[in-house]
Amino acid sequence: MRVMHALIFAFLLVLPVAAAWAISDPAEMLKDPRQEARAEAIGRQLRCLVCQNESIEDSQADLARDLRQVVRQHVAAGEKDQQIIAWMVARYGNFVRLRPPFEPLTWVLWASPVLALVGGALVVAFAMRQKRPPPQPLSAAEKRKLGDLLKS
Amino acid sequence: MIPELGHFALALAVVLAGSQAVLPLWGAERRDPALMASAPPLAIGQFLALALAFGALVWSSVVSDFSVLNVAENSQSLKPLLYKITGAWGDHEGSILLWCLILAICGAAVGIFGGALPAALRARVIGVLGATSAGFVLFSLTVSNPFVRLWPAPMEGRGMNPLLEDPGLAFHPPILYAGYVGFAIPFAFALAALIEGRVDAAWGRWVRPWALAAWAFLTGGIALGSWWSYYVLGWGGYWFWDPVENASLLPWLAGTALLHSAIVVEKREALKIWTVLLAIGTFSLSLCGTFLVRSGILNSVHAFANDPARGVFILVLLALVIGTALGLFAWRAPRLMPTGVFAPLSREGALVVNNILLCAIAAVVFTGTTYPLFAQLLAGAQISVGAPFFNATVLPLAIPLFAAMVVGPMLSWKRAQLAPALLRLWWVALAALLVGLISAWGWAALPALGFAGAAWLVLGAFAPIVERARLFRLPLGASWVRLSGVPLAAWGGVIAHAGLGLTTAGLSGMALAEHRIVAVHPGETVAVGGYDWTLLGLRDAPGPNYTARLAEIRVARDGRTVAILTPGRRSYPLQRTTTTETAIRTNLARDLYAVLGEEHDGTAVLRLHVNPLAPWIWLGALVMALGGGLSLADRRLRIGAPLRRGAAARAASA
Amino acid sequence: MSGARPARVLPRRLLLALPLVAAAAGGLGFYALLRRMEAGRYDPHGVDNPLVGHAIPTFAALPAQAPATTGFGAADLRAAGRPVLVNFFASWCVPCRIEHPQLMALARAGVPLWGIAYKDHEAAAEALLAEEGNPYHQLARDESGRVSIDWGIYGVPETFLIDRAGIVRGHWAGPLSADLVASEVRPMLGKYA
Repeated sequence: MRVMHALIFAFLLVLPVAAAWAISDPAEMLKDPRQEARAEAIGRQLRCLVCQNESIEDSQADLARDLRQVVRQHVAAGEKDQQIIAWMVARYGNFVRLRPPFEPLTWVLWASPVLALVGGALVVAFAMRQKRPPPQPLSAAEKRKLGDLLKS
Repeated sequence: MIPELGHFALALAVVLAGSQAVLPLWGAERRDPALMASAPPLAIGQFLALALAFGALVWSSVVSDFSVLNVAENSQSLKPLLYKITGAWGDHEGSILLWCLILAICGAAVGIFGGALPAALRARVIGVLGATSAGFVLFSLTVSNPFVRLWPAPMEGRGMNPLLEDPGLAFHPPILYAGYVGFAIPFAFALAALIEGRVDAAWGRWVRPWALAAWAFLTGGIALGSWWSYYVLGWGGYWFWDPVENASLLPWLAGTALLHSAIVVEKREALKIWTVLLAIGTFSLSLCGTFLVRSGILNSVHAFANDPARGVFILVLLALVIGTALGLFAWRAPRLMPTGVFAPLSREGALVVNNILLCAIAAVVFTGTTYPLFAQLLAGAQISVGAPFFNATVLPLAIPLFAAMVVGPMLSWKRAQLAPALLRLWWVALAALLVGLISAWGWAALPALGFAGAAWLVLGAFAPIVERARLFRLPLGASWVRLSGVPLAAWGGVIAHAGLGLTTAGLSGMALAEHRIVAVHPGETVAVGGYDWTLLGLRDAPGPNYTARLAEIRVARDGRTVAILTPGRRSYPLQRTTTTETAIRTNLARDLYAVLGEEHDGTAVLRLHVNPLAPWIWLGALVMALGGGLSLADRRLRIGAPLRRGAAARAASA
Repeated sequence: MSGARPARVLPRRLLLALPLVAAAAGGLGFYALLRRMEAGRYDPHGVDNPLVGHAIPTFAALPAQAPATTGFGAADLRAAGRPVLVNFFASWCVPCRIEHPQLMALARAGVPLWGIAYKDHEAAAEALLAEEGNPYHQLARDESGRVSIDWGIYGVPETFLIDRAGIVRGHWAGPLSADLVASEVRPMLGKYA
């Protein structure tokens, strides 16, 4: 029952978004191109909570638009990137960060490239150490052939 | 009547698939030639039954038979004919049937083209394919039946998601599935080898063309999907590291590793166990890719109808297929003893490095995609892993991969020396350095690195050929003679590697893209990326099942008109949705890209992009797939010819 | 190979069984999540609200939403003196209408329900409440949606339970169902009463 409701809920929120209204209002952009670029970079790290797998910069959801505005206000007020992201995390949790923080929970995640390489190297090292069956001794016929070849 | 015929054909396919699983495997075990010989006709029969079922579904969709639930939910009478046909696989049930059909085609293909395979091996391969097929056709028949009737039949269907009414997306699923499912054949070969307890050079040679064909399709399918999101979604993005995209990338990475390790099996009889594992792993990842994204567990932008009950069925099916395969692997693989002698510094050594790096990238993508799930499951914590993570972790692994891709082919088999190989690459390195330095002039560091990498890959891909032909060291005529002796398979590799270079160039170019969002009155001009964009006017245009609003934009450079773009917006009254129609004009060096947004107070909001080298991303992928196709055309690799020789050798040795 | 010493064969066998073990573990994980999804304990689209267990965010008094004549702010909530349900809703939101009967039932049972109309036209929200009944004891409106962002709202309806000390104790995203009210909201109200 609850799942049903959750689905209806999700559906209704997501539907208008799926129309891919890929445009934003130019009025919401910051005048200073350097600040605007910074705001965009921050926005790309923040996950839209309605459409979920897009950043708030890409999303056309109403909430994403509001959050874009919030980011721009904070950028204009001269806040650091870290402060703005912390502001978002305080409200929406780590869910909002598309780049997960480095903390005990994500150690394995961030270490995954190194772990994968080390694992691969270990497997190779193990395989190289494997004893290979010694080459088969030559059969009598082969020996004779070899002898002929060497003589000629 | 026609849907019932399809329904019946589907049931028949289950029976045939079941027989295809049991009889040949049993026959191979008992060495019964008659039972083993039953494999090809059964596989072809299963294919015919599924083709009939699929034809019935397409027919119902084309004639708009809304008494079929599936058609009523996804079609409408006004839909253009093309989308009525392609709409048959636009939803869950239809796409599963398509998936089964392609798997049956794989079985039939082995039956038809595998005439030169040893009878027992062929029977086992077809048997394994039949067993896999039986499970999925049963899934289609029982919980995902596309032929369920609806009574009373509605007068009009609900229509399909307008975003899917697009030629790119219409043909995306068949090509992508051909890639996913094509890896079932290497998978079946791996299982057959485990059952027989034997992997040799001939096996490597038999597996490779199938893997190559599947890989070429998968490359094309991924590229088509990415291109679709570029021109349909309308914000200039082409890859989002979404779970659905990652799900297609994972088998691609594993499959690429498989292609390369199969070469080592063929040439050196080494890496056997590893290649068998990769063949199992690639298809397993394909299965997870097609099915787990549909279970609704993964949080994706792409909406599938989520149904946990169906999810459990799928999971059980996957457990049976993958669990059996890996169980067999754990049990029988220890028998496959390594034979080839192995020096770390050699062509095969470079291929091992390539495999480690490709699999490491796959491991990172897999970890990143599933980590939020397991964080939730084990720690109850919610985290997100998105594009910034993947970009930061995959790039450092791609750099050594790019290096190995060029250096590896310069090394000789068995034992090689690094220094001479590197020395022979001096001109490639120099060119890459120059390209990097020139593009670093005024641009950001990362695109410059990308352009250098692209130059390194493209030129480096041709280095082995240049070396072989002794170009500029022998008279041109002599070089030409040597060049014509280069086998097609070698050219295929060169072209595929160069294709990745082109894609890299495209990706780097996109990093320099410029865009602006503006609100303009008709007649107004704005400057973006060195072009002057003038909104000429706005008008309405009717369509078959939508109404469109079009903007006409003139793009000019130095006063000369370069292009007239007409981006639009379509509203579909039935589905009550609106889609954007992006206008793109390309000259290969850059894309002019315009999207029409909302209109208010006489102004229209426009999103205007200049995307340098954008088409190269997909062009490069196409070149990669072409390289795969070229390798397939090589006589030595062609499925029939070498097999006969292999079979003859085997018969002689027996 | 039968001649190989067992000491060397064992690790090899273990290594080759590793893929099976890994796949089995992954499969079990997926199965557990599917079961949780079926039971409604896992929603892939849900976002946990970090406010739970913490004090409500500070916000200046919001303007009133008709039919109420006075709005409220964080101070008013903290001064309520008993547990309060805060419900974010909108007249344009269909799930809110699905939820509405549950809110009416809660109000009839005497549960203090404070409503915040999220990005709504004042007249539209008023018309809705006139038509379907007004369950709210206090009503305010958040026209810009900024206060709602401070609460971590990502869709409507969302409901919070605030204890008498002004600490957020419960959070439900999506419409409250009769089941949910009976199994979670009521017991929690009792606990913090």
